Amino acid sequence: MEADPRVMLMGEDIGRLGGVFRVTDGLRDQFGAERVVDTPLAESGIVGTAIGLALRGYRPVCEIQFDGFVYPAFDQIVSQLAKMRARSAGRIALPIVIRIPVGGGIGAVEHHSESNEAYFAHTAGLRVVSCSNPADAYQMIQQAIASDDPVIFYEPKRRYWDKGEVDIDGLTGPVEPLDKARVLRSGTDCTIVAHGPTVATALAAAHAAGEDGFSVGVIDLRSISPLDLDTITLAAEQTGRLVVVHEASTFLGIGAEIAAAVTERAFYALKAPVLRVGAYNLPYPPARTENEFLPDVDRVLETIDQALKF
Amino acid sequence: MNELAVVTRHTGPRIPPSVTAPVPLPIIRFVNPDGTLTEAGRSQEIDTDLARALYRHMTRSRALDREALALQRQGQLALWLMSWGQEAAQVGSIAALRESDMVFPSYREHAAALYRDITPAQLFAQWRGIAHSGWDSQKHHFHIYSLVLGTQALHATGYAAGVKMDRSDEVVTAYFGDGASSQGDVNEALNWAAAGTLPVLFFVQNNQWAISTPPAVQMRTTLTQRAAGFGLPSWHVDGNDALAVHAVTREAAAWVRSGNGPALIEAETYRMAGHSSSDDPTRYRNPDEFSQWEARDPLLRLEALLKATGTSRSFFDELDEEAQAFASSSREACLRLADPDLADLFESVYAEPHPVTSREREQFIAFRADLETEH
Repeated sequence: MEADPRVMLMGEDIGRLGGVFRVTDGLRDQFGAERVVDTPLAESGIVGTAIGLALRGYRPVCEIQFDGFVYPAFDQIVSQLAKMRARSAGRIALPIVIRIPVGGGIGAVEHHSESNEAYFAHTAGLRVVSCSNPADAYQMIQQAIASDDPVIFYEPKRRYWDKGEVDIDGLTGPVEPLDKARVLRSGTDCTIVAHGPTVATALAAAHAAGEDGFSVGVIDLRSISPLDLDTITLAAEQTGRLVVVHEASTFLGIGAEIAAAVTERAFYALKAPVLRVGAYNLPYPPARTENEFLPDVDRVLETIDQALKF
Repeated sequence: MNELAVVTRHTGPRIPPSVTAPVPLPIIRFVNPDGTLTEAGRSQEIDTDLARALYRHMTRSRALDREALALQRQGQLALWLMSWGQEAAQVGSIAALRESDMVFPSYREHAAALYRDITPAQLFAQWRGIAHSGWDSQKHHFHIYSLVLGTQALHATGYAAGVKMDRSDEVVTAYFGDGASSQGDVNEALNWAAAGTLPVLFFVQNNQWAISTPPAVQMRTTLTQRAAGFGLPSWHVDGNDALAVHAVTREAAAWVRSGNGPALIEAETYRMAGHSSSDDPTRYRNPDEFSQWEARDPLLRLEALLKATGTSRSFFDELDEEAQAFASSSREACLRLADPDLADLFESVYAEPHPVTSREREQFIAFRADLETEH
């Protein structure tokens, strides 16, 4: 916002309150109410007017208060935002970021714990990214804002309380591209692929498997659309076994796309089918059952066992 | 320069707009904050039995609300959204409907829910995180809460279309707030119900705050003015005056029941607490504003009226005891609520057998059994 006066924020309760998760805390004081806009309570309105602002040359960063409240804006995102460039033969750019606090694990009431990345990843014209840690949250939001494509930017709610080093001065060298996955840990027996909230789960599972004598790698996808298939395929070739972990249900989830793509690219290197660990295919259940509903270390380890025994 | 461009040079008289937003009428009020009657109130025959009945329900509701907040602070509820301050709007309105009239609430209508004999335990189930709803909506003619704002306005409208096709004289009520009125669904519902002459009563509790956003940021007219644009008659009432709310709702329900189509009531009230137990209203709200509304408390107002019109002290003493007993029994009921079993939830997703949920249920049960054996 300091670098580009055309960048503006809009959403419900993001100004005076600083957002229900306080992500935009203090920005209204710093940049004014014209650039940090408390909108009416209307998600379709937020995205629809952001499109108008972008057509006028602004770069809106929208906040959808909770994952489950994005659906009123579905038409504006899928039919308008995603398709405008293609419909105008490339003449119209819509550099809009839609930030969505996502996922469960915080004991929330219904509609506040959804993982809906597959809906948007299925839509051509959108980029979909998912950060898993504070440093990435900082870098990736800036890359998303700088992108001339519309970006759905997922922020895992249960990681909001995590603390970590953030390189705000760019001292640690060049930043990875927004659409590049990161190998967090390399292994020789199996690779876990995760994004957003489940990266920490994957790391914990890999550590536990290590204590049992298995070498398990972890890839943080960071980008869901596009997928960094080169990094994933390389890991599949090196370990022969992939386990994909996400909070979303497995049926037609991102794991299904990864399994298909890896099967196409590295069929002969695979020692086991690509296995998926996700939430069960139920509407997100009452919070008192969410610990059993969401993939946890035990379920990831059980799936690694299956892959190893195959 | 386009040769065909028309040069406009206006010389005639100005052309004013045909219509501007209608002028808002004064808010209907029978009882002043100090318990005295307004002129409108004096012209009505105040029914003290009704006033006592409304006061009793409002008192019980507030006692429950306070107990629920305490339960949340003690970790027994995950979240609680107080209806504190909105008791008159809720009790006054629902008491003017028939028991058979279907109600589509938002998520803060606890006082209205209690009026329909929904128990504290049934309310708490949702906020304790053990269910998404706790009651049989058909039995109570009170739909489950709607947390995605404004969606229930369309459900009420569709339900009303069914009522009309069934040639029934039921009135369908949709409760929503000032914040939800910005949603497309609410505005579609107002238009749809008006176009179809459907028996819907839209009851807006304008509690002045949509989390941190006041009506001034959300809209330029009152909701009653907006209703006029959609072709609905409307009443603008002091939502902290239970008797005025009751009278206005009775009037509006009669209008709707007679087949005239939908109507809207905008009740001016105040969300005394934060949006939820997670919210901190001191970040965005002036404490003076709270004090002003505290002086307009709907319970104090009714209490003053009742005392001035001869209701005995023993009524209040007995009611206090009743409310305390109600609150403590609600606490016990909350603590008795059993945790759900995830295995059961697989069975309420589809009506017909479904291979994915069936298989995953078996997998889940087997996995859990394995874990228990290991540990």
